[in-house]
Amino acid sequence: MAIDNPHFRKKSRFHEHIIETVMFLFALFSMLITVGIVVILVRESYLFFSDPQVDLIGFLTGKNWQPMIHQFGFLPLLNATFTTSIIAMLLGIPIGLFVAIYLAEYASDRMRGILKPVLEVLAGIPTIVYGYFALTFMTPLLRSLFGQDVVEIYNTASAGLVIGILVLPMIATMAEDAISSVPKELRLAAYALGGTKIETTFKVVIPAALSGLSATFLLALSRAIGETMVVALAAGAGPKLTANPFKAAETITGYIVRISGGDVSYNSVDYNSIFALGLVLSIITFTLNLVSRKISTIFHQEYE
Amino acid sequence: MNKTSLAESLPPVFQEKSKVEPTKTIIQLDDVNINYGSFTAVKHASMEIYEHKVTAFIGPSGCGKSTVLRSINRMNDLIRGATLDGRVLFNGEDLYAKDVDPVLIRRRIGMVFQKPNPFPKSIYENIAWGARVNGYRGDYDELVETSLRSAALWDEVKDKLKQNALRLSGGQQQRLCIARTIAVQPEVILMDEPASALDPIATSRIEELILELKKDYTIVIVTHNMGQASRVSDYTAFFMVDQNRTGYLQEYEETEQLFLNPIHKKTEEYISGKFG
Amino acid sequence: MQNSVSFGSEENLLSMMERRRKAGVVWQAVFLFSTSLAILFLILLLFSVIDSTFGFAAIRYEKKPSELMVGKSQLSDFSRQELEETAKTHLSSGILRRVEYEKPIADRTDKDLIGILEQYVLQPSVLRTWGLWASLTKQGEINEYLFDQGDAVLTFKSWLTIDFLFADQSANPLYAGIRTAMLGSLWIILITFLFAFPIGVGSAIYLEEYAKPTRLTRLLQLNIFNLSAVPSIIYGLLGLAVFVRAMETFTSGSLFSGVADTTANGRTILSGGLTLGLLVLPIIIINTQEALKAVPDSLRMSSYGIGATKWQTIWGQVLPVSIDRILTGTILALSRALGETAPLVVIGASTFISVDPSGIFSKFTTLPIQIYQWSARPQGAYRNVAGAAIIALLILLMALNSSAIILRDKLSKKKRMEA
Repeated sequence: MAIDNPHFRKKSRFHEHIIETVMFLFALFSMLITVGIVVILVRESYLFFSDPQVDLIGFLTGKNWQPMIHQFGFLPLLNATFTTSIIAMLLGIPIGLFVAIYLAEYASDRMRGILKPVLEVLAGIPTIVYGYFALTFMTPLLRSLFGQDVVEIYNTASAGLVIGILVLPMIATMAEDAISSVPKELRLAAYALGGTKIETTFKVVIPAALSGLSATFLLALSRAIGETMVVALAAGAGPKLTANPFKAAETITGYIVRISGGDVSYNSVDYNSIFALGLVLSIITFTLNLVSRKISTIFHQEYE
Repeated sequence: MNKTSLAESLPPVFQEKSKVEPTKTIIQLDDVNINYGSFTAVKHASMEIYEHKVTAFIGPSGCGKSTVLRSINRMNDLIRGATLDGRVLFNGEDLYAKDVDPVLIRRRIGMVFQKPNPFPKSIYENIAWGARVNGYRGDYDELVETSLRSAALWDEVKDKLKQNALRLSGGQQQRLCIARTIAVQPEVILMDEPASALDPIATSRIEELILELKKDYTIVIVTHNMGQASRVSDYTAFFMVDQNRTGYLQEYEETEQLFLNPIHKKTEEYISGKFG
Repeated sequence: MQNSVSFGSEENLLSMMERRRKAGVVWQAVFLFSTSLAILFLILLLFSVIDSTFGFAAIRYEKKPSELMVGKSQLSDFSRQELEETAKTHLSSGILRRVEYEKPIADRTDKDLIGILEQYVLQPSVLRTWGLWASLTKQGEINEYLFDQGDAVLTFKSWLTIDFLFADQSANPLYAGIRTAMLGSLWIILITFLFAFPIGVGSAIYLEEYAKPTRLTRLLQLNIFNLSAVPSIIYGLLGLAVFVRAMETFTSGSLFSGVADTTANGRTILSGGLTLGLLVLPIIIINTQEALKAVPDSLRMSSYGIGATKWQTIWGQVLPVSIDRILTGTILALSRALGETAPLVVIGASTFISVDPSGIFSKFTTLPIQIYQWSARPQGAYRNVAGAAIIALLILLMALNSSAIILRDKLSKKKRMEA
C-alpha cells in the first residue's frame, strides 16, 4: 500500500546532506595525510636513489655516511638509532614494567593517587626538555661515573638512557592497563592453589598479560626509534659506526634534524637523503606499530 | 589435634536419628564473626565439619555462606578491609593464629570457584602449576595423570595435554579446575557454587565427581541449588540474613534431617521455596 | 594420599616457605625501588632545570663600572641628566645612532637608559656560570676561579626574570630573551587550533555518528591510529615538502599581494602551524571520538523521538553534552603541539629572530626551538638561559593544562545547574 499522506513523504533535506558530506570529507582528510606521507617519502627517495652518486646496495650495506665524498651507507645511522633505542628499552622496559606491577598489584589507592600524576607529568614534559636533561645531567653523570676520557661529551648511552626515562610513563601506563585487565579470577585461582603473591604475579598474571605487554614494548620501541630531540642534543653530530655507547654517533632522526636545520638547497642529494632516511624510519616504526596492534587485538580477544 | 569424637559433639537428637557414619572433626568454626570494614557480614558462626564428608552451605543471597567458605582457607584475606574474629580450627590448629601463613593453608584447603577459571596455559601446565610453586618433587607426568583421572577428565584430554585449557568446554574447564586443586594434594576442597555456570549434563558430572572425591577429601560446597545439596551432601548448613544484612547460621543438620524435618520455620520456608 | 611425601616433610615445607616469602619481599622491594626511581627521574629532571636557572655567574666588564660611575655606587643613582650625558659621551657613534633611531634618548625611560648603558658601555660578558647546587656547595672553587681571573665580578643571577620574558634575542646570553619565541609559539598554536580543531571534530563526528561499519570506516579508523603513532619528525618532512616547498606561493603570502617577508620563503608561521595541525589531528580525532562515545545513546534516541533530524540531534544534543570533553582533549593535543620541536626544525624555523612575528606569513621561532638552539651552543651561559626558557615553557604548558581542567569543571558545573 502506498502512502498517500504527504506529511510522511520523504523530504529531501538538502543541508543535512551537505553537512554529512563535509564531515565525510574531513574524515577522508586523515587518509590524505597518510597518502601525502607515502607519496612524498617515496618520491623524494626515488630522486635520491636515482642520483648517480647513490646506489641502493651501497645505501643498505655501506658502512660510511659521508655525503661530502659521496658515501651514502646508512648502517652507521641505523646502528646509532638501534644503540640508543636498545639502551632506552633496557632501562624503560624493566622499570616501566615494575612500576606497572606495583601500580596494578601492590599500590594502595593513596600511592596510586600520587604515582599516576607523576607519570602524567613525566609524559607531558616536551621531549626537548628531556634532551636538555640528557645534556646537562645524564652526560655529566656518566662522565663522572666512568671517566672523562671514556665517555665522550656527546654519546649514545646518555641519549638512550634519557629516552628510556621518556618512554617510561608510556610503558608503565599501558603495561598497567594490560596487567589490570587480567581477570581477577585467575589471581584467586593461583592463591587458592597455595601460590604466594609474587608467584601469582610472575607465573600467572604476567604470562596472561604477555601479549598486551609485548604490544606495549613494541610501541615503546617504535617511539624510541622515532625520538628526535634527545638524540639531536645528546648523541652527537656526525655518523659513526661504533658499538661503543660512550662514543658520539648520529642517529637517523638526529641526521635529519641537523641537515634540515641548516641551509640545505632543494633538489640536492642532501635534501633528498633526509627523505630517504625518513622512509626507512617510517617503514621501521610502521612495522612495529602494526605488529603491536595485531598483538593487542589478539590480547583483547582473549579476554572477551 | 582435636580428639573429640563426633558422637560427643553432636546434639542428642541428631545422634539418635543419624544415618551418616560418624567421622572426626576436621574443621571447627568457633564463634566466627566476619567484617568488611564496619559492616558485619557474618556473626556468631559456630560449626564442625567432618572429615570425608560433603557439607553443603545453603541460604538466600547475601547470607554470608560464601564468606564463611572463604574464611576457611583465608581467601577473605585478599579482600581489602576484611577482618575475622573468633577461631577457625583445622585439625585443631587455629588458622588465624599469628604465625600461620595463609599460603600454606591454601595448599591443604583448596578451592574451586563459581566460574571455571583455568589459567590461559596448557592443560598440563594448569595441573602442574600449583604443585610446582609448592615444591613438588615427584614425577609431574604421573601427577598430571592421577589428578586428571581423579577429576574424571583424563580420557577426554589425554591426547591434548599441551592444548590451551581455555579451549575446553565449560564443564571440562571446571573439572580441570578440580583436578588442578587435587594436584596439590589438599585435605579439604572448598567449592563455591561449582556448577552454577554449567549446563545440566555438566552439572550432574560434577555432582558424580563430588561423591567420588569424598572418599579422599573433605568437601564443603556452597550451592543455590537445593536439589544439589540434597543429592551430594551428608550435612547441610542453612544460613540466614537478619535485618542488618548480617548473615548467621540458622540450622546445621545431617542433610536428610534438615530437608525432611527442619527444626526452624525459616529453614522449612526456604527449602520449600517460599523465599530465596 | 599415595604421593604426599612428594611435597617433602613439614620442616622442608617450612624452610621452603621461608625462601618463597623472602623472594616476595625482595621483589616487592624491587617494585618499590623502580617506582621511587620514576619519581626520582621527575625530581632530577626538574632539579637539573632549576639548577641551571639560578646560580653564580662570573662576569667581566669591558669598561670597569667604577670608571663610569665616579663617586656613585650604582647607575641608578645617576640623575636623568647624568644618564643622558653619559649615554651621549660613552656610546659609540654607530650604537648611538641605532639607539636614537629606535627611540630618541630624550624619550626613553631611566630604566631603559640604564639598560643601554650597561649593555653597550660596560659591555659585560659571562666568563663562567655555576649551577645552583655548585653555587651553594663549591664556594672554594668559585673563589679560586675568581682569584685566577683577577678582574671578574661574581654575581648571583636568576636567569629567569621579567626582562628575560620580554626581551629580544641577543648574541649576549646576559641580554637574551624569549619574547619573539613566545609570540611565535602562540601564533603557531593559534594556526594549529584553527586548522586542526574543525577538521578533527568533524572527522570524529563522521566516524562516531554517521559512519556505518563498512570497510572504508575501518580503514579510516585504523589509519587514524597509525597516524597517531607516526614519529613527529616525519610530519616535519611532510610539512617541508608540502607546505614549505610545494605550496610556497600560498604559505609565504606572495599569493596575496607583496606584503610578505620575502626572506621567509615558505618557512612561515602558517607552514609551521599547518604542520603541527597535521600532527595533532589524529589526537584530536581520537579524543573527540572518546568524548562522543561517552554520550549515552538514550539521549540521541529521545532527540530522534521528538522528530529531530540527525544534524539537529548532533548539534542540539550530542555536542553540547560532550563539548567539555572535546575541548579538554583538544587543549591536551595543543599542549603537545606547544612542546613539539623536531617538525618545526625540519621545516626550517628560523633560529635567530629579533623582530616580533607580525602575522601568519612571518618567519618565526618558537620556545622549544629556542631551547634547542641555546642548549646546543657550547657556551655555558646559554645552558642557563635555556634552563630559564624551559621553566617558562613548562609554566606555559601548566597554564594550558590547568585551563583545560578549569574549563572542564566550569562547563560540567554549568551543565549541572541547567539540569
